[in-house]
Amino acid sequence: MGRISSPQALEQLRKEIIEGRDPHQPCITVCTGTGCHASGCHQVVDAFKKILQSHPEGRRVNLRLTGCHGFCEKGPLVVIHPQKILYQRVKPENAQEIFQETVLGGKVLEALLYEHPTTKQKIVQEDQVPFYQKQTRIIFGNNGSIDPTRIEDYLAVGGYRALCKALFSMKPEEVIREVKEAKLRGRGGGGFPAGVKWESCRHAADPVKYVICNADEGDPGAYMDRSLLEGNPHSVLEGMIIGAFAIGSHEGYVYVRNEYPLAVINIGVAIQQAQELGLVGKNILGSGFDFDVRISRGGGAFVCGESSALVASIAGDVGEPRAKHIHLVESGLWDKPTNLNNVETWANVPVIVDKGAAWYKKIGTEGSKGTKIFSLVGKVNNTGLVEVPMGISLREIIYDMGGGIPGGKKFKAVQTGGPSGGCIPESLIDLPVDFDRLTEVGSMMGSGGMIVMDESTCMVDVAKYFMNFLKDESCGKCTSCREGTKRMHEILVEITEGRGTMEHIDLLEELGWVTAEASLCQLGGTAPNPVLSTLRYFKDEYKEHIVNKRCSAKVCRQLLHYTILSDVCTSCGACVKACPSGAIGGGKRKTKKEAGIPFKIDAEKCIKCGMCFETCKFKAIDVH
Amino acid sequence: MIPFVIDGQSVEGKEDGNVLEVALDAGIEIPHLCYHESVKSYGACRLCLVEVVRNGRSRMTTSCTYPVQKGIEVLTRTDKVLRARRMMIELILAMCPGDTRIREMAEEMGVEEVRFKKEEKDCILCGLCARVCDEVVGAHAIQFAFRGDRKEMLPPFAGEAMNCIACGACVVVCPVNVIGMKEQGDERTILRWKRTLKLKKCKVCGNTFAPWFQLEQFREKAKLPKDFYDTCYTCRS
Repeated sequence: MGRISSPQALEQLRKEIIEGRDPHQPCITVCTGTGCHASGCHQVVDAFKKILQSHPEGRRVNLRLTGCHGFCEKGPLVVIHPQKILYQRVKPENAQEIFQETVLGGKVLEALLYEHPTTKQKIVQEDQVPFYQKQTRIIFGNNGSIDPTRIEDYLAVGGYRALCKALFSMKPEEVIREVKEAKLRGRGGGGFPAGVKWESCRHAADPVKYVICNADEGDPGAYMDRSLLEGNPHSVLEGMIIGAFAIGSHEGYVYVRNEYPLAVINIGVAIQQAQELGLVGKNILGSGFDFDVRISRGGGAFVCGESSALVASIAGDVGEPRAKHIHLVESGLWDKPTNLNNVETWANVPVIVDKGAAWYKKIGTEGSKGTKIFSLVGKVNNTGLVEVPMGISLREIIYDMGGGIPGGKKFKAVQTGGPSGGCIPESLIDLPVDFDRLTEVGSMMGSGGMIVMDESTCMVDVAKYFMNFLKDESCGKCTSCREGTKRMHEILVEITEGRGTMEHIDLLEELGWVTAEASLCQLGGTAPNPVLSTLRYFKDEYKEHIVNKRCSAKVCRQLLHYTILSDVCTSCGACVKACPSGAIGGGKRKTKKEAGIPFKIDAEKCIKCGMCFETCKFKAIDVH
Repeated sequence: MIPFVIDGQSVEGKEDGNVLEVALDAGIEIPHLCYHESVKSYGACRLCLVEVVRNGRSRMTTSCTYPVQKGIEVLTRTDKVLRARRMMIELILAMCPGDTRIREMAEEMGVEEVRFKKEEKDCILCGLCARVCDEVVGAHAIQFAFRGDRKEMLPPFAGEAMNCIACGACVVVCPVNVIGMKEQGDERTILRWKRTLKLKKCKVCGNTFAPWFQLEQFREKAKLPKDFYDTCYTCRS
């Protein structure tokens, strides 16, 4: 493929790619996203490669390595086309059978199919799985069918059509109007209207402007931006080129953390391919518009996801936020007007331009249009990435897509919005999920993390976990944020270790207020959310820790008491051996000749490590 | 000059000025630790918090970083501001309970007891030393290291600050006076940056007057003749 210099030539190339493909040709697609990578998809890929190379029929079968499909819980995922048969938890040793029976023989292998958790029915096709059925996958949908390293695959599904439309049949102002009309809000967490931001940047006086893609996703457990950049990098790139055209920028940066090596590689490959085809660079598709993109790798500081810290980091300065009286759209990277949007926001742009704002606006709620990708993790059956229309209820996400809570346990809360989001209790499970509603209940959309918690989760411990993360990840500039998060963490440690007082609750509330009000950036502004939202909905749990010195979720070790139930104890002595602090004694081990005497735990010596509980096969250790 | 109001008092500020400097010039007291007129505002200590009312909307912000703007109303002593400042000084006092100036400031703000575990730090991480070194001296000898609660002001790799010219500007601006400078014989040491430099003797009076390394740097930068610093400032004038 050579450089393309007109939209007609691009359409011709697309036609050739599609016509050159036999829709009936068998194709094995293997998900090679992050989740499946961890569960061993590359061994499965190797097994398929070997078979296809050695078998005479192998040559007429396509093997495609795709990005993340989202259903990470059941990975490695393999989908056989054209029948779209989904096989889950595939192992390398299944490859031969899949090839022989399904690819060549057209037979479905029951054992590898997904089983409906309640009806126990086997489901053959990917789109019939309940996890996918309720989703609206307008951004994430192509991940499962394209090879992210092949631009032909993206072109075959209509890629860069929106770019042609923008460059050749729209004025920059019209593109901005369309994005404003679609009411696209920033998906990185702020929820600022993207079109408004673009317009301000376009109107900024300086002729040199930059566009930036923020791929510094850093929330624990969140990986939607990662999966988009890994699985469909061209969609993000296309969005950036359209945005640059609308804003009047000729240079862009993708700021991606180096901890996402595959994302760095795939967006790099995408940029290079787009350059070779003339979709990036000088005179794009003969339109006269120039735009170049560079990759800037981040060191993995959470605060560098904050726009002004990110810009400082690209410029080679310390990643610290700066005062916000001057917006980035007026003076950003190297003091030039800069428009920064998150990965998912950029990926929405081609869809809006291609299908139109009127179509896009039909999805979502009044204040939040379109879809949002959530990373559904924690105590939920189907861990993975879900793309849902704004306004869907938490219940639908957690129960219909997530398949509910494992082990028959009770749902307790869901944490949204990443480390500085908040915990939403069960009473609000029917809450429609959009930017404004999540903020109303003291949490936030954030970039789309969703951590499900069940009854075995201690909410004070959860607050402590996030505060520990934030005190490490604060840039440390503002006293309020650096010291505030540190002290909140310190108090939470006191409470979870049994040294809490009721004054601590007031102090937490006061610290939370000050940290949010007095800090410069939104890291500090939202940092107290884990504490304040758990105090708002789970204050009783705090009181239980402080007054009764009890943790009913049995998480806070220092508050637990281990005792041996003498009527259950078989005097086997296993716990005595396991105890690292020599706290178990007082009994006598049984021998072949005589019965033993049950053991006892010396509370003074017990370090509450739980080894005895883990070791005892007879459930003779009581924890309360 | 741009007119605006602080606590009901009409004031005027330079176009590129900040609210804190205007307030201080007008005799309105706002506590601060990380601000110094000779360097760019940084907004680290958060003590100079004020409420700014603009277009009918009020928000709390640091006055040192807030640019002078026409028509704004600044409130320096609202309940909200005083409440936030009290917590801020308590947090700083908990870091450095041994510092006299911090203790005095805390007392003035009505904070006598610290409700947190006391630490034994001395530096309050205001960053003034590094800013003066960068912006005024141009030596770039020190910078913050690490982030979050591990943040520290350190010479590079926690060793000797090899770019330090021992001018002592950082020693002068440090609000808690913890950098330290010592002269002994023909040597000057900046204690915190572990930097010791030989001092030059004046050809005329024979007194030592500045570190060799510093004078060489100045001479090179300003392209001065080789013998320019053979005599000390006093003897030359």
